[in-house]
Amino acid sequence: MIFHHLDQPARRGGRIALLLLKNSIRMLSLLFAVSLISFALVSASPIDPVQQYLMGIGPVSAEQRAEIEAYWGMDKPPAARYIHWLNALLHGDFGISLLYRRPVLAIIAERFLNSFALMLCAWLFSGMIGYALGCIMGMYREKWQDQVLRRLCYLLSSVPTFWLGLVLLLLFAVKLGWFPVGFSTPIGILDSEVRIWQRLHHLALPALTLSLLSFSNIALHTRQKMIEVMNSAYILFARARGERGWTLFVRHGLRNTILPALTLQFASFAELFGGAVLAENVFSYAGLGSALSAAGLGADVPLLLGITLFSTLFVCVGNMAANLLYGVIDPKLRDGVKQGGD
Amino acid sequence: MEKKEYRRGDPNVPLLAVNGLSVSFQMYDNTFEQRALQVISELHLQVHAGEIVAIAGASGSGKSLLAAAILGILPDNATAAGELRYKGQLLVPKLQKQLSGTEIALVPQSVDFLDPLMRAGAQADGHRKPRPTKERRRLFQRLDLPKDTEKCYPYQLSGGMARRVLVSTALLADAQLIIADEPTPGMSLEQALAALKMFRQMADDGRAVVLITHDIDLAVSFADRIAVFYAGTIVEIANAQDFGEGPDALRHPYSKALWRALPQNGFEPIAGSQPYAGRLPKGCLFAPRCSRSTPQCAQKAPSMRALRGGEVRCFYAHGRPKE
Repeated sequence: MIFHHLDQPARRGGRIALLLLKNSIRMLSLLFAVSLISFALVSASPIDPVQQYLMGIGPVSAEQRAEIEAYWGMDKPPAARYIHWLNALLHGDFGISLLYRRPVLAIIAERFLNSFALMLCAWLFSGMIGYALGCIMGMYREKWQDQVLRRLCYLLSSVPTFWLGLVLLLLFAVKLGWFPVGFSTPIGILDSEVRIWQRLHHLALPALTLSLLSFSNIALHTRQKMIEVMNSAYILFARARGERGWTLFVRHGLRNTILPALTLQFASFAELFGGAVLAENVFSYAGLGSALSAAGLGADVPLLLGITLFSTLFVCVGNMAANLLYGVIDPKLRDGVKQGGD
Repeated sequence: MEKKEYRRGDPNVPLLAVNGLSVSFQMYDNTFEQRALQVISELHLQVHAGEIVAIAGASGSGKSLLAAAILGILPDNATAAGELRYKGQLLVPKLQKQLSGTEIALVPQSVDFLDPLMRAGAQADGHRKPRPTKERRRLFQRLDLPKDTEKCYPYQLSGGMARRVLVSTALLADAQLIIADEPTPGMSLEQALAALKMFRQMADDGRAVVLITHDIDLAVSFADRIAVFYAGTIVEIANAQDFGEGPDALRHPYSKALWRALPQNGFEPIAGSQPYAGRLPKGCLFAPRCSRSTPQCAQKAPSMRALRGGEVRCFYAHGRPKE
């Protein structure tokens, strides 16, 4: 019981493969459920895709309209249409966007990179700032540092995204002129000619907005965890051995709070995606989020469904990464003593 | 077990001297008024090199806080008064921080005192790493810890292994004063005996061991002197053999009652219960439960005085009845 713990790479590899398989199955079933529900919702909604399509073409006769409906399968029952759509999806055909007149997959691919850059920046920034602030609050519990930072966290977590975005926009883009007012690239320059720093320049404000809104969550959780750790018996013993302040933090505080913080941060992908939709709209940033709201408002059913499915996939992958990471880092999970977190 | 007489340095200067230590907590009760809860009152104790002093008393009597006060790790809302001296030097916070983990070592009771996410080897080294890895491995071997123990995380250790890893921290630091806080609960008798033998060995090597325990039998068989702890203070310091001899050899009414309450001595319980820290009696802390208390006891707390080779806090303790 005591001795079969030593690292056995083969067994560990097998365990991770199993975990991956389990997570993949879970993800596929979730994707299926999301596709079914979102398709049902769109079918039940008053949106008429044929009508939307015709609006871009001009007036047609009733026969032509009937032909188009038949061509698109609108005369068939929803179940048949769903199966048809699902079949197309499985063959990699997400359909053509009605708004952009381009394949949905191509739009997602292009927009995703912008959104991903935005979310990654916000994610890294909020994670690092949030964790650091959480540690400070936990180490200085009930001292002035904690009091000030905690209030800041409460304040930021209760501010709406679009409002904070507008304030930052007013201050840094309009008044100070440090950052561009909107879009993901400068206006009037071909996409191929945009430099990386120009992209980053456009990215800064929306990323800041997003990260300011999400760091309080991780900061407050880390604070709680740090307080728990600091009250533990092993911290008492470490202090009895003369460890104080920074040494105590690095040797025990960091070690015991980073795992929960990482899990939480990976699990916050979903929230981040929701925040990105709003931030992208405020900053007219050409990402998935603004495409999603455009698709919703413009009744672009293929794009709407495509992005919904894709964002589900994205959030799932984030959560799965958290699970796997936990399994790699935490010695208890790694050695398979306890199969927690499942 | 043979108890050798060792003295290092000036034998007249005790390794540890606790003079009139009091510890109280600042508490807010429901009226938001601050109130001081006294948990240790006017405690006196001297510990010399080469001996084991057992501090014996009921759970919740504040024994662990004594350890915390010596090591300078009292909680933030606790204040200490009185004087602590190590080798004659006043133990101020700066010196405490410097000495704790080097000269003065705590040996805690369970695996909970090990960081769950740090390997045992690294924990034994601590942040100071007083000895090279090779020596630490040799010590682990001497403590019967299997070779791969150093790579284990605490959850992979058995209770006994964890305790030996904890003991190894004191040995690696080559601490002169070892404070062992309840090292035996949860152990089998053999394990407890083995652990106490380790402490006996440490003392025989010229170190001083303060053994905090509620197990009087074990204390009697391994300690040189026993300090009887009651309601936050030491009421009697007796030689271990006094406990073996029985109530006549003991000095304080509480120690006598404690002796009679041992299973082999009649299992006779003491009436009443230990006073709660917020409601300590004004005079002698034991007076409300003492059969011999007088109005004087309720008015004034007796101070520690020497008696028959020990020390006692009682007005009426007297010389041994004539045989």
